[in-house]
Amino acid sequence: MITWIKGGQVIDPRLGTKNKLDIVVRKGKIEKILPPGNFNPASDIDVKVIDASGMIVTPGLIDMHVHFREPGEEYKETVATGSQAAAAGGFTAVSCMPNTTPINDSRSVTEFILERARKANLIRVYPVAAISRGLKSESLTEFGDLKEAGAVAVSDDGRPVTSSELMRRAIEYARFFHLPVISHCEDLDLSNKGVMHEGTVSTRLGLKGIPAASEEIMVVREILLARLTGYPVHISHISTEGSVKFIKQAKEEGIAVTAETAPHYFSLDHTAVIDFDSNAKMYPPLREPKDVEAIKRGLSEGVIDVIATDHAPHSPLEKDVEFDKAAFGIIGLETALPLTLALVREGVMDLPSAIAKLSYNSASILHVRGGMIEEGKEADLTIIDLNNEYVIEGDGFRSKSHNSPFIGFKMKGKAILTMVGGRIVWESDELNPGS
Amino acid sequence: MYRFNHKDLLGMDQLSVSDINTILDTADTFMEISSRDIKKVPTLRGKTVINFFYEPSTRTKASFEMAAKRLSADTISLSAADSSMVKGETLIDTARNLQAMNPDIIILRHPSSGAPHLLARYVDAGVINAGDGIHEHPSQALLDLFTIRKKKGRIKGLRVVIIGDIAHSRVARSDIIGLRKMGAEVTISGPPTMIPVDAESLGVKVVLDPAKALKGKDVIMILRIQLERQSGILIPSLREYSIVFGLNKELIRGAKKDVIIMHPGPINRGVEITGDLADGPFSVILDQVRNGVAIRMALLYLLIGGGRGDNLD
Repeated sequence: MITWIKGGQVIDPRLGTKNKLDIVVRKGKIEKILPPGNFNPASDIDVKVIDASGMIVTPGLIDMHVHFREPGEEYKETVATGSQAAAAGGFTAVSCMPNTTPINDSRSVTEFILERARKANLIRVYPVAAISRGLKSESLTEFGDLKEAGAVAVSDDGRPVTSSELMRRAIEYARFFHLPVISHCEDLDLSNKGVMHEGTVSTRLGLKGIPAASEEIMVVREILLARLTGYPVHISHISTEGSVKFIKQAKEEGIAVTAETAPHYFSLDHTAVIDFDSNAKMYPPLREPKDVEAIKRGLSEGVIDVIATDHAPHSPLEKDVEFDKAAFGIIGLETALPLTLALVREGVMDLPSAIAKLSYNSASILHVRGGMIEEGKEADLTIIDLNNEYVIEGDGFRSKSHNSPFIGFKMKGKAILTMVGGRIVWESDELNPGS
Repeated sequence: MYRFNHKDLLGMDQLSVSDINTILDTADTFMEISSRDIKKVPTLRGKTVINFFYEPSTRTKASFEMAAKRLSADTISLSAADSSMVKGETLIDTARNLQAMNPDIIILRHPSSGAPHLLARYVDAGVINAGDGIHEHPSQALLDLFTIRKKKGRIKGLRVVIIGDIAHSRVARSDIIGLRKMGAEVTISGPPTMIPVDAESLGVKVVLDPAKALKGKDVIMILRIQLERQSGILIPSLREYSIVFGLNKELIRGAKKDVIIMHPGPINRGVEITGDLADGPFSVILDQVRNGVAIRMALLYLLIGGGRGDNLD
């Protein structure tokens, strides 16, 4: 059997092109890419036709920063429910951070996550292993063993590596295994139990503030360590004007750093916290309008390589409590695409660059497949209707958790079909009729 | 026609100038009750008021309780120690349980900023914020405004300075909002480590040096330095604080001749203010406490429905 994706605008983020092309998928791979009208299947072959006219076809989206909570907090999310949320959001691959219970700092946990992903059988799940045992910033995990077990990168995400010496050695050691190093940048001392961005709103609400410098100090440390070691460091979820500035400067000096932001940092600012809404609480916190503008500029100028969600599911147990006691984090897999497309409409990025930040760039940083549409490659594809308008509803999420500040928001643009290795893992009933 | 129309009092933010004037005018009429021989009127007979204090409090708790009793409401008091919170119950669950007993007003003191807002979303009873974290303490601000109005005859145009740990003070936040709404000029002063970030966004002037800050002022509000906050990070010692920022006879000479000194209590004598000033002729500290009962009577009366024209007697 073959699948014929017909009449869509195909985006190749690597080449930055957008062309009307047909894609023929066979045995899980892209067999042919050809101009419309040029494909004539033999009459004895079983053909499934997907009418993508009026839609765009992109490489399967990749989210390099999610928390799937399994093992340990399955009441918030599992690898299976997280995968469903990812597929519905247009993602064909994710990398999941190690702060589970137990922590992913050993082969057995990495293998367990991969086993869960195989059982869920939806999208590609790439475990990220811890840098330090128990995320304690004391000693290194077994990078070699973890890589062999299937970990694609190392990070202590959720916590910074507080010891600069340990971080330096982690980067040096990771080089031997070609493992990407990902850093959650935060000076815990300076954050000092803050619960939101330090500024006019924290002053008004009497909530303890986290200054922008808490993030920036660590961004600068990682830049200096990347320079010292000569090995790349990927900086997670940047949110401030200063972080963009320092990373831009580092890149101009040829230092090997890459950077990521999350959709909430270019869609919301700290005023979202007024009314003590714990769904607007995450680390780093929502910043000021000038930071939002700087993040957009960073995306536009290519300083920020990746848009990742930092999908962080929490249940009402952690969220329906006093603001300062509420857990940090929001879900993002099912809202990332439309929020990014809003930036394209705003003129911040063109469509191929936006898709690159949601796919190809993450694949290159993580050294995993995907992010391109080429004959002979795995058919990981996403079909997107740019004009589909809808309102985000709290009970409409596939994720097990509903902690999103975007509930009630009007969105435009939706993943209509998600395909992993030629297999359809998500299909909206809004696909063109008759297909 | 104007009507006081609030179910809850969560912060000074929600009150209009007319609301504030109504509360102060109502308190004026209640002042007299507390000076009677029999200090009780039947206004809130049959109404239930829950005093729910997650943090220790003497003044505020006693003041609310006395206010409710003088209006003949039934009151019960709960503290963190005897609430189910120590058994791990969440605030929302506690709220639902209290609501099931159908109280009219819940007065909440809580260490988390925004806790009364959370509570108010889950109960039908009116909620009064009796101090939440470092956010607001609106009944204190109202009694401060009431005291100023009684002493000075007006609030508009007065020049007020607040000295102390502004960043961690819910009293300061509520006072600033209330005073600005009523047309007073507000200056804040204290060690730079205790001035909130972007303080000017609150509509105040920041003058760190207390000697300069209190020049020509009509009102000086002194905040309590919380001994428990004195970790050595914000200020090196109480000794240095009292020398540099403590209010004393020397310092007060720069203020207006008819200045009044206010303090929300409890006082650390010899730290933020010398004992002789706290007890001296400029001090209105005990007036504040006295006026507090009348303000809280007014709040209970208005929130339960007095302002909406119901016949309460």
